[in-house]
Amino acid sequence: MIEALMKIFGKEKKSSKEIARDRLKVVLIHDRANVSPEVMDHLKNDIIRVISNYMEINKKDMEISLANDEDSVALVANIPVSRMKHG
Amino acid sequence: MSEVIVITSGKGGVGKTTTTANLGVGLAIRGKKVVLVDTDTGLRNLDLLLGLENRIMYDLVDVTEGRVPYKKALVRHKKYENLMLLPTSQVKDKNAVNPEQLVHLCEELRKEFDYILIDCPAGIEQGFKTAIAGADCAIVVTMPEISAVRDADKIIGELNRADKNSIKLIVNRIRPQMVEKGDMLDMDDINDILSIDCIGQVPDDEKVVTSTNRGEPVISMEDSLAGKAYRNIVGRICGEEIPFMDFPKDSFFQRLKRAFGL
Repeated sequence: MIEALMKIFGKEKKSSKEIARDRLKVVLIHDRANVSPEVMDHLKNDIIRVISNYMEINKKDMEISLANDEDSVALVANIPVSRMKHG
Repeated sequence: MSEVIVITSGKGGVGKTTTTANLGVGLAIRGKKVVLVDTDTGLRNLDLLLGLENRIMYDLVDVTEGRVPYKKALVRHKKYENLMLLPTSQVKDKNAVNPEQLVHLCEELRKEFDYILIDCPAGIEQGFKTAIAGADCAIVVTMPEISAVRDADKIIGELNRADKNSIKLIVNRIRPQMVEKGDMLDMDDINDILSIDCIGQVPDDEKVVTSTNRGEPVISMEDSLAGKAYRNIVGRICGEEIPFMDFPKDSFFQRLKRAFGL
């Protein structure tokens, strides 16, 4: 009943159009950057290899993704550091 | 000054050929000399949409391979005298024509016509590259559907790579009631996602089906909403400033009925 009332007044949680918009925005970032999941995986492994020379990182929780910022694309990496390596 | 416009989309079935036929008729009604070139070789359909399927003697491949001069292959429209069709071959494949041949043909056609509209095949392979080769500008047709918008983005990227930077968008088959419910992307959403100027939005209209059945493009039907949308697009191509049309909206009562599933 409440859902029906919400529909009448044009308010729903998240419309399917908004979902389509969000999904499209994400997929187009990858399409435009021409980066396949495979390439992202290689990039991630290379980053892990280089950073591991200097610090111990938590590979499980690390996230690497492409994000859209206005008209440009940014590479966003979130890499939790467990311990610095010395010497 | 004549203009070569390629009508393309990436995805099939979004209405490229329907758009080509309607814009061609619309420009001809305005007194322009127009030729429509079908480059969807092997999948010929533009002739059917114009009701000219029984008048074809020669085709695009006959012209590009030098068997006949292009004037011999042109089919004049029954009703609109200044509208011509250059049909494509139904037996050859999409690689039967190469980009250089089409560029050369467009240069020839420019001497005779105000507008040369090229109906592009779906996809981004050789047929697409050939179709866009001689064009001054492109019209990308899409639909308010994620796969069609994604493919349109891909096509826009390919057009930019080929240095075709004058690109306009047509959003076809919009269902205003779904847009209003928030269940369909509208023109502004797609405009925002693709960052390309829209030259028109065409509502989904049963009259497109009935007019196609008859081989008479819907643009000539005064009482059709899609026909009106196409007439507006033709005006914009001719440089007129025409505001985008509002689609009829549901009343509060209709929304109430729908919400309760009546």
